[in-house]
Amino acid sequence: MRHTISVLVENEFGVLSRVAGLFSGRGFNIESLCVAETLDPTVSRMTIVTSGNEQIMEQILKQLNKLVCVIKVVDMTRSDYVERELVLIKVTADEKTKPEILRLVDIFRGKIVDVSAESYTIEVTGDEGKINAIIELMRPLGIREIARTGKIAMTRGPRTLKEAKKIKQGVENGDLLRQGL
Amino acid sequence: MKMTGAEIFVRSLIDLGVDTIFGYPGGAVINIYDQLFNNTSIRHYLVRHEQAAVHAADGYARTSGKTGVVLVTSGPGATNTVTGIATAYMDSIPVVVFTGQVPTLMIGNDAFQEADIVGITRPCTKHNYLVKDVRDLARIIREAFHIASTGRPGPVLVDLPKDVITAQGVYNPPKQLSLRGYKPTYKGHMGQVKKAVELIYRSRRPVIYAGGGVILGDGAKYLTEFADLLNIPVTLTLMGLGGYPASGRNFVGMLGMHGTYAANMAISNSDLIIAIGARFDDRVTGKVDEFAPEAKIIHVDIDPTSIKKNVKVDIPIVGDVKDVLKKLIKTVKDSGEAEKYSRKIAPWRAQIEKWDKDHPLKYKNSKTKIKPQFVVEKIYEVTGGDAIITTEVGQNQMWAAQFFKFDKPRRFVTSGGLGTMGYGFPAALGAQIANPGALVIDIAGDGSIQMNIQELATAVQYKLPVKVAILNNGSLGMVRQWQDLFFEGKYSQTCLPSYPDFVALAKSYGALGLRATKPSQVEEVIRKAIEHPGLVLMDFAIDPFEMVYPMVPAGAPLTKMLLV
Ligand SMILES: Cc1ncc(C[n+]2csc(CCOP(=O)(O)OP(=O)(O)O)c2C)c(N)n1
Repeated sequence: MRHTISVLVENEFGVLSRVAGLFSGRGFNIESLCVAETLDPTVSRMTIVTSGNEQIMEQILKQLNKLVCVIKVVDMTRSDYVERELVLIKVTADEKTKPEILRLVDIFRGKIVDVSAESYTIEVTGDEGKINAIIELMRPLGIREIARTGKIAMTRGPRTLKEAKKIKQGVENGDLLRQGL
Repeated sequence: MKMTGAEIFVRSLIDLGVDTIFGYPGGAVINIYDQLFNNTSIRHYLVRHEQAAVHAADGYARTSGKTGVVLVTSGPGATNTVTGIATAYMDSIPVVVFTGQVPTLMIGNDAFQEADIVGITRPCTKHNYLVKDVRDLARIIREAFHIASTGRPGPVLVDLPKDVITAQGVYNPPKQLSLRGYKPTYKGHMGQVKKAVELIYRSRRPVIYAGGGVILGDGAKYLTEFADLLNIPVTLTLMGLGGYPASGRNFVGMLGMHGTYAANMAISNSDLIIAIGARFDDRVTGKVDEFAPEAKIIHVDIDPTSIKKNVKVDIPIVGDVKDVLKKLIKTVKDSGEAEKYSRKIAPWRAQIEKWDKDHPLKYKNSKTKIKPQFVVEKIYEVTGGDAIITTEVGQNQMWAAQFFKFDKPRRFVTSGGLGTMGYGFPAALGAQIANPGALVIDIAGDGSIQMNIQELATAVQYKLPVKVAILNNGSLGMVRQWQDLFFEGKYSQTCLPSYPDFVALAKSYGALGLRATKPSQVEEVIRKAIEHPGLVLMDFAIDPFEMVYPMVPAGAPLTKMLLV
């Protein structure tokens, strides 16, 4: 099963390679990874999409938590959350296809962010399903390249990741996975 | 007051109570060495290879409970420490390694003697640092010691660029460390402890399986009390030896690949495993799918990642072994049912005793050939068990583990997780430095000892009276054993020539060399070695075809043991 994990980390050099090295060194896979600074400039937030059975997921969460540079780990999949991804699609655009492209962009509430004589670059934001859908619809029109950001995620409701129950305290029972938020 | 980075470094170590460093100088750390010159608070031991510096610091740490400290130069000095660091990492040993580094502005330029040691050691340190500003130096050094020695201990590396060492700064160690991402759980959850005791009382065939965590967490006393309270049979891992006395009434021996028949049968037939500070390593479980099929598992460990990594666990308890054991003891005592339970499991103990009677740990002794097990037994006899034993890796290690009886913790020093040949001798030097009055013996193979043989010079220079007992089988014995058993005796690259002459070699370093070629000479050689006030190399010409038994072939279930 796929999981979206949010991780608060120290905003320092080398942190990304520690996290990436953890995944590669232990044979866990990363489908996507996003990282950027948070409101607090000393902290960065990572969103990692990964997959594995219960036992592997528990190891991933615990191993992440064990890193000294990791402040908090939350498996978003265990709670109610919103996720978004952004894609840039460069698609071939000629007189025949332009109206169709514009129509699709409109339906998907995307934007044309760059125009040339023979191409459009489109920006679309949404959850994974929506992103996949627009790519599939654009494909027959001639996609030249795409760039996806990977997912970012946030829990619904007023609580923040920082306020999420600390896994470190709950871990005595070993049932990390049941904790979520 | 302004100080240089080098001065801050030395001052930090002194304030942390460090009085011993193992190291090797070079250009990148020359300013620190200048500060150490004539420094009376810190004694620096010059090894002859940086790998040995880490092993020595590791042996120092294992036998003292203190954190070992290493100082080396950049580039090759740093990369030479990697095997030592990985060894300490696998066995969770608190060591702090300081490496020199090229100046910050040159990092990444392939400068002379530059190596990305932080990158190289990231997967084999508990944590590591590159100090980029002299203002961070005092804090980082404190954090490094804190991280290395707390929670599940482990090595921490601190990379010191030359310009940071030479820069001017102020000594401003933080009063309190605030590591928001590092807060080990020490206190075991009482609810889990209660559930564990309930589960114990419901079991009929329980086994305590304890590992290195009991030694590292200073839990041996409590483990003994707990086990003896309920009279539950105890098996120990290689790393756990000494965690429960070998002479204790509930001890069934080491388990795993070269464990005793009784221990492997007991754990395989148990209905409850109480794992304490152990991690279900593949050398212990054998084929994991067939490991202890009927057992429920209680797992106590300070590191949550150890739990449910290899096997399913019914009751996990994260916490310091000492804390959890104390709580277990109290809960059992409060229940007032200890004796009743002990009686209930008497048939189980009888069964284990029968297994032990049927297949005790044994070997076929000989009048003409020196058997390695005989040498180890003699060492045990002559020393009365009052010695610190280090080992190399291979058959020598297993014979030491099987035939020397460890009654106390921190007396058996061996590379369990990484299995590093060349570990035992430098580790013995560190152990001797930490325990000046103790008798320290490295039980070695003729292959392994040559991997850090250069340290003979270190031992002689610092008058470290370590005794090295080489079980000389003229081969890389453990690999040869596998070739004998599984590769039709084709000895591919496992035969070693009869040189060096270890007795002459010892002499060339100014040490004493002794040789035994007949069983009758063994005891005398050991006695002479112990009486000699300095370093001794004992060369025992053992039966080259002797094997380590019992043996569970790699990947086989624990019950499929090859016996003598
Ligand atoms: C650094 C290193 N290289 C290779 C090995 C693989 N290995 C394990 S045991 C062994 C043989 C050790 O020979 P020796 O030290 O003579 O000990 P013996 O088994 O003969 O007692 C080897 C080569 C190892 N453990 N460590």
